[in-house]
Amino acid sequence: MDVMPKWAEVVLVPLISLLLAAILSALVILAIGEDPVAAVNLMITGALGSTYGWGYTLYYATNFMFTGLAVAVAFHAGLFNIGGEGQAMLGGLGVALVCLFIPWPHWTIAVLAATVGAALFGALWAAIPAYLQAKRGSHIVITTIMFNFIAAAVLNYMLVNILRPAGSMDPATERFPEAVHLPSLHDLLAPFGIAFSKAAPANVSLVIAIIACVLVWVLIWRTPLGLEIRAYGKSHRAASYAGIGAVRITMIAMLISGGLAGMMAINNVMGEAERLVLNAVEGAGFIGIAVALMGRSHPFGVFLAAILFGFLYQGGAELALWTSIPRELIVVIQALVILFTGALDNMVRMPLERLFLAFRRGGTT
Amino acid sequence: MNFLALFDLSVLDSTVRLAVPLLLACLAGLFSERGGIFDIGLEGKMLAAAFFSAAIAATTGSVWIGLLAGIGASLTLSAIHGVASITFRGNQLISGVAINFLAAGLTVLIAQSWFQQGGRTPSLIGGGRFEPITLPFADALSTVPFLGPLYSELISGHSILVYVALLCVPGTWYILFRTRFGLRLRAVGENPAAVDTAGVSVVGLRFAAVGICGVLCGIAGAYLATGLQAGFVKDMTAGRGFIALAALIFAKWRPWHALWATLLFGYLQAIALRPDIIEGALGFKVQVQLLDAMPYILTVVILAGFVGKAIPPRAGGEPYVKER
Repeated sequence: MDVMPKWAEVVLVPLISLLLAAILSALVILAIGEDPVAAVNLMITGALGSTYGWGYTLYYATNFMFTGLAVAVAFHAGLFNIGGEGQAMLGGLGVALVCLFIPWPHWTIAVLAATVGAALFGALWAAIPAYLQAKRGSHIVITTIMFNFIAAAVLNYMLVNILRPAGSMDPATERFPEAVHLPSLHDLLAPFGIAFSKAAPANVSLVIAIIACVLVWVLIWRTPLGLEIRAYGKSHRAASYAGIGAVRITMIAMLISGGLAGMMAINNVMGEAERLVLNAVEGAGFIGIAVALMGRSHPFGVFLAAILFGFLYQGGAELALWTSIPRELIVVIQALVILFTGALDNMVRMPLERLFLAFRRGGTT
Repeated sequence: MNFLALFDLSVLDSTVRLAVPLLLACLAGLFSERGGIFDIGLEGKMLAAAFFSAAIAATTGSVWIGLLAGIGASLTLSAIHGVASITFRGNQLISGVAINFLAAGLTVLIAQSWFQQGGRTPSLIGGGRFEPITLPFADALSTVPFLGPLYSELISGHSILVYVALLCVPGTWYILFRTRFGLRLRAVGENPAAVDTAGVSVVGLRFAAVGICGVLCGIAGAYLATGLQAGFVKDMTAGRGFIALAALIFAKWRPWHALWATLLFGYLQAIALRPDIIEGALGFKVQVQLLDAMPYILTVVILAGFVGKAIPPRAGGEPYVKER
């Protein structure tokens, strides 16, 4: 039975959770002797006050859209993919191999190939935990976490021993050729007469991320496969009674999930750094969990939540630059958002449901 | 080729040291999961305990007060996990993830505003650390062939928490399998409705399980920062909480097996620190990255069920609803 109207379910509950997380974050800032109001002001001017700030906010948001979608697709199948971090690392490796070893004539073809490479490597990295879950019943949460650690070791090995250019001490690949340089938002918006900061890293990947949001929406709500994924996620037993194969859905959902997480690499590796470095992902895989929970696993929700976290991330960087608040504040906010929108969901929901029930009774009698 | 070198006394000695935090965390998870509450927040609880034990030990100069502070921090996170997963019947995995991030962020945040040393605590000296204790006759017996060095180096000369952790193994076994509380705890993880019917509080038992888990994680974290190392550094748990969970599955939720499983993981961590010994013993060089990844790879192999099927407590991960 739906106690609450739909708008309360999709808007009110996440907003109240977000508010609780914000209040607690403000208390944390107060506790370390800083002024939360000044901090918020600084974050807003730093992240949204200029096209430079917006450029960073949207750049981070692009990362989080991919990882958020990755977690969301797995959630729909009732699977919890904490391995976005490792899948995005491997995606970076895929992008680097595509960009370094194939001479591309133009970025448009290169970005398509790089997207495929990134998705392929990410999906491959998700495939093993998915197979082990489906066939051997090993818990996907722990295996994907382990694969994050193993991915870090793989990347370390590849960068230090194989991809590092001769004579360089830095564990990173050489720069990608000029031909695969992705146009930034500055380049894209200039023909329309919109002046956008040249230094900001937001690039054409943002468009691909938005397309990915739309495609995931189509997949989940407008295709038979999406129906099967959702059915499997709601009830494994009912799904198997309806003839939906558990192994097949687990594998497909995780491959799509891993692929999406891997695709993040076209933004951070190909679009921004233009070479593969050790810590390229910077925790974006984990932020995907908060983004998916906040966005209620709906692509549009993920889109909005990704922009919110992009703002928090860029704002947090500004805070670390101008105040004594370290960047880890964003990890705390992320934890609080996961806690309130994910684990303590019922704490917000129960009183609200009671409130709506009381209103409804008042209305009918 | 000299395989015996792989079991050098110094390697075995650090095996014990490195296995202790894993063992404590593993037993912590054992209590929680036997009570039907999955806890992937072991990592976060250890990290919080590591920071607060080091911070308080550094400011007060007493490692014992530090230990208490560490246990307190871990218990606070346990309480959050309990409220989220028992009281509000939330998703236990998501709650655990949140706790891990909360600890990872808050420890650095507080460390930075407290000590201004880039997210670490000052190095602990003197009474701020758990010093190694020498067991009786260790020096006198060290000249006895074979058994002497084994006793004086491997068994003697650890900090008190190592012996506490080892005593926790029979302790856990006794509590779980020989007391009324243990019987009820195991029952609540298998069939909470039956426990409820018998008139015993499911919520109370589960909170007790989560609480014990918090205390043990607290000791584990305090040992990391005040026994194994001298102070807290950012993310110093380095995945130990997750390895402990894998060891728990390997041990099939049994205390004695948990000891052997964590010793195995401790050995892998210890040998990874000594590439020179491996090269000497095997005759070829093993990539350091492979050595670092070994515990995680072994975890996956174990989880894949190549060592027999592990069946978790049946009601694990499911919130208990009294009436339908």
